[in-house]
Amino acid sequence: MKRCPKCKRVYADESLTFCLDDGYGLIADAAEGGSADPNATIGYSQNIRTSKTQMKRFIPFAIIALTLIGALVVVLVLLRSSQRSSTLNNATPDPSIPAGAQPPHIRGNPNAPVTLEEFADFQCGACGAYYPELKKIEAEFGDRLRVIFRERPLVPTHEHALIAAQAAEAAGAQGRFWEMHDKLYENQKDWSEAKDVVPMLVDYAKQIGVDPDRFMRDLNGEVVAARIFQDGKRAHALGINGTPTFLVNGKEAKDESWKPDGLRAMINQALSGAK
Amino acid sequence: MSSNASPPESQNKFAWIYLIAALLSLIGLADALYLTVQHLTGQSLRCTIISGCSEVLSSPYAQIGSIPLAAVGATAYFSVFSLAILAAFRYRFVRPLLAALVAVMFLMTLWLLYLQAFVIRHFCQYCLISAAVTIILTGLLVIAPVVAGKRHRSSR
Repeated sequence: MKRCPKCKRVYADESLTFCLDDGYGLIADAAEGGSADPNATIGYSQNIRTSKTQMKRFIPFAIIALTLIGALVVVLVLLRSSQRSSTLNNATPDPSIPAGAQPPHIRGNPNAPVTLEEFADFQCGACGAYYPELKKIEAEFGDRLRVIFRERPLVPTHEHALIAAQAAEAAGAQGRFWEMHDKLYENQKDWSEAKDVVPMLVDYAKQIGVDPDRFMRDLNGEVVAARIFQDGKRAHALGINGTPTFLVNGKEAKDESWKPDGLRAMINQALSGAK
Repeated sequence: MSSNASPPESQNKFAWIYLIAALLSLIGLADALYLTVQHLTGQSLRCTIISGCSEVLSSPYAQIGSIPLAAVGATAYFSVFSLAILAAFRYRFVRPLLAALVAVMFLMTLWLLYLQAFVIRHFCQYCLISAAVTIILTGLLVIAPVVAGKRHRSSR
């Protein structure tokens, strides 16, 4: 006969070693002719204590292992969510997404098979660093590529970003958008750090052959504001919060594709698909 | 030394400090992991609507060779977490290791704060959260035990 030390259930089956109710190890039933070892219960509780101590030793390692697994899961979730964060990977145009300011600022062949749409901020350092690379890409692909510029001034991160966007659009009202675009990037460091930026912008306007009086009127005009607002609405709908962001035929250039060589590869892929 | 000789009851009197340290290091770990993912996906190279972060995270100081500094931070925070958990469960030999690691992290934090303030001239909020966590960890794991040790000796 065997007995559970916890629930006291008695088992006639000698082959059983654990209580079927609570899992405790069975001991010989002392009531059975007094043949059971009186130290059995003591030995049992000592065993339990020892195994509990051993278990306690492993608790910190279990916590550490679980945390490591949790951290890896968090990394995977963050990587996945960054991939899903925007709806841009759908190359088919979504009618619910605003088209942006019309007509857009286009450089290159307007009927080119591949469109590179750039969302940028004139004061953004990364946009300034990318500017010469983009020029090279435009030269390399020539007539096969058209570039569209969209305003995405990161306000209030960059204090002069909005007035710079207004300046580019005001120059655009006189057909000199790209000239001002280039001027702003080429002199980004100078005007970005200036306290009073407007005189510098007027000076750039004069240098590119823009009528300064009309430029000043347009700078804070409704047309310019509306264009920036329309581009901003498009950027917002697409979930674009960082600059520069590039769309190649509507598909966002992400991760490695965002870098100049990746962008080239993406354009080439779009060209081979367009044939 | 005095703590090594102390009775079992007092041996674990700092357990709560190590548990708080472990929880704090989890905040630092989450912060560093987020920045690592941002770096790996190329997001940190761009300017974003969060002020200052893009300037800091796209600076040359944001990586050591090809390894993102945030990944180094994540490793450090995970190490702090592991050591703090072990220390809380009476693995006492890890305590000096933990204090040394946190001290190194504190010095690194001071260097990074200097870079943000005087070299890059922009502050990244995620970097500041990490700095705050490290400073509190230093207070908990380096300064508090020293102060407690002095009091313990003077009370004898």
